[in-house]
Amino acid sequence: MEVENIQRRYRARTGIRRRAAREVEAVRGLSFEVERGELFGLLGPNGAGKTTTIKMLITLLLPSGGSARVLGHDVVREAREVRRHVGYVFGGDRGLYERLSGLDNLRYFAELYAVPAREQRQRIGELVELVGLQGRERERVEGYSRGMRQRLHIARGLLHRPEVLFLDEPSIGIDPVGARELRTTVARLVELGTTVLLTTHYMFEADELCDRIAVIAAGEIVAQGTPQELKRGVVEGRVVEVEVFGDAQSVLDDVRALAGVTSVSVEERGQAQLVVVRSDAGAEVTSSVLAALAGQRLGRVATREPTLEDAYVELVNRP
Amino acid sequence: MSVLRLLGLGWWLQLKMRSRSAFDGALAIVYPLFFATSVFLIYRQSASSTALVAAAVGASVMGVWSAVATTASTSLQNERRQGTLELLVGAPRPFALIVVPITLSMATIGLYSLVATLVWGRLVFGIEVSFVHPLTFALACVVTALGVAVMGFVLAVSAVRYRSAWALGSALELPIWLTCGFLVPLSILPDWVRPVSWLVPVTWGVSAIKAAALGGQPWPGIAMCLGVAAGYALLGTLLARRMVDSARTHATLALT
Repeated sequence: MEVENIQRRYRARTGIRRRAAREVEAVRGLSFEVERGELFGLLGPNGAGKTTTIKMLITLLLPSGGSARVLGHDVVREAREVRRHVGYVFGGDRGLYERLSGLDNLRYFAELYAVPAREQRQRIGELVELVGLQGRERERVEGYSRGMRQRLHIARGLLHRPEVLFLDEPSIGIDPVGARELRTTVARLVELGTTVLLTTHYMFEADELCDRIAVIAAGEIVAQGTPQELKRGVVEGRVVEVEVFGDAQSVLDDVRALAGVTSVSVEERGQAQLVVVRSDAGAEVTSSVLAALAGQRLGRVATREPTLEDAYVELVNRP
Repeated sequence: MSVLRLLGLGWWLQLKMRSRSAFDGALAIVYPLFFATSVFLIYRQSASSTALVAAAVGASVMGVWSAVATTASTSLQNERRQGTLELLVGAPRPFALIVVPITLSMATIGLYSLVATLVWGRLVFGIEVSFVHPLTFALACVVTALGVAVMGFVLAVSAVRYRSAWALGSALELPIWLTCGFLVPLSILPDWVRPVSWLVPVTWGVSAIKAAALGGQPWPGIAMCLGVAAGYALLGTLLARRMVDSARTHATLALT
């Protein structure tokens, strides 16, 4: 997959009587390459342009500029060829025919995705087994749980044995066991030679699965590399986590101003707030952070190695 | 063969979906009977039994058209809402071949209203349609339903690009009743309406059904209905390509 300076602009309209249009740049010139058999991750906050990028690559949106080729086929000029070889799975419980059984959904999509008639029965059987829906496939989808729907989505996306699979937040809303099974399935597909482009909000998922990652913010790539490179390149030091009961926001500026501190973020944890302080390599900031938080009621204090999530938070929050 | 399989399976599964809602089913059963009752009560005042039979035939086709007109233009909006429209467009099969079975399934349900109207007329109002050419009558009904399905196809593909195109079907429902001679003979309408009505396949279908029921030459109507429907199919196929490209440019395939 070769993506070169791809762009997408939308026209957003406002008002009823005096209608005004403004252009929104959802994707501002992304460039990246994905090798055959690679699992490539696109990470970024909501609205960063991940889904728009995927939709351009699977030919559902025309780019406003730049170019992209999938398996050597141009996504604009050779859309039909691209569609033959790519699969698309998105998260959530939409995208299925509720009044049909899981089996009928797969039969219908097998026909739409031109799976040869003589192979359909066997292929559908294999996929129903792969995603663990055997015994439930004749029930109507409206009675399926979210996890079952997601598994049916995956089966649908794999019907025509796509060489490239696009997974857009596939594990959203499914339970931890289901998410783990999904990761195993994706890893197995990559072992079998499928190229995968994955977007996710779960950093551990990206860390576990992806060979390489591009982090997008506001329609631009802000970093690209292996998970290890991203962690090393952005957060070389250590991370201090302090549980604060009270108003942590009021002292954040003091913590940010400490020598050696590179970034600070706060996560809500029930009644407590978790202050996450990232520091430069070699800087020992634990005692000065605790001093800055002296007026607060503190809970657990821990130091740890930086994770991909730390790298991600720092990348997307850079000015 | 593979195209026929796609059309056949698509038609069957769409029909399955549409027939599984008890509420929709009840409406589909009752709705045509209201049309029929209104028409029969109006035409009962006429002394001519031929006019009453012609009204029965017109009312029955009215039911087929109404079953398709509004649902065809809302069907792709529903696909958009349930997140399946992108999957249909993203499939390697030509989009037109995916939409045709959807409107064919609607016309199939519409055929019920055709039969129900005639049975209702017979049982409640004592209108006997003697069918001069019964087999040709059945063929004319199927061809007319096909013509309606193809018109629905043209309406449906417009909704790929325009999210509010669902209103098109409702807007055209009554004008088609009038311009195709469902209820009143075209001869009493202004002259300029006639050439307009020739461009609608159902006009020819209704004319063939009436000829088969009352005596006359149904074959020219059947041939014209098929010919004009083929023109609509071609128009719909070209339109589908343009609409899909435009939807890809303007990002209207999804709700977000």
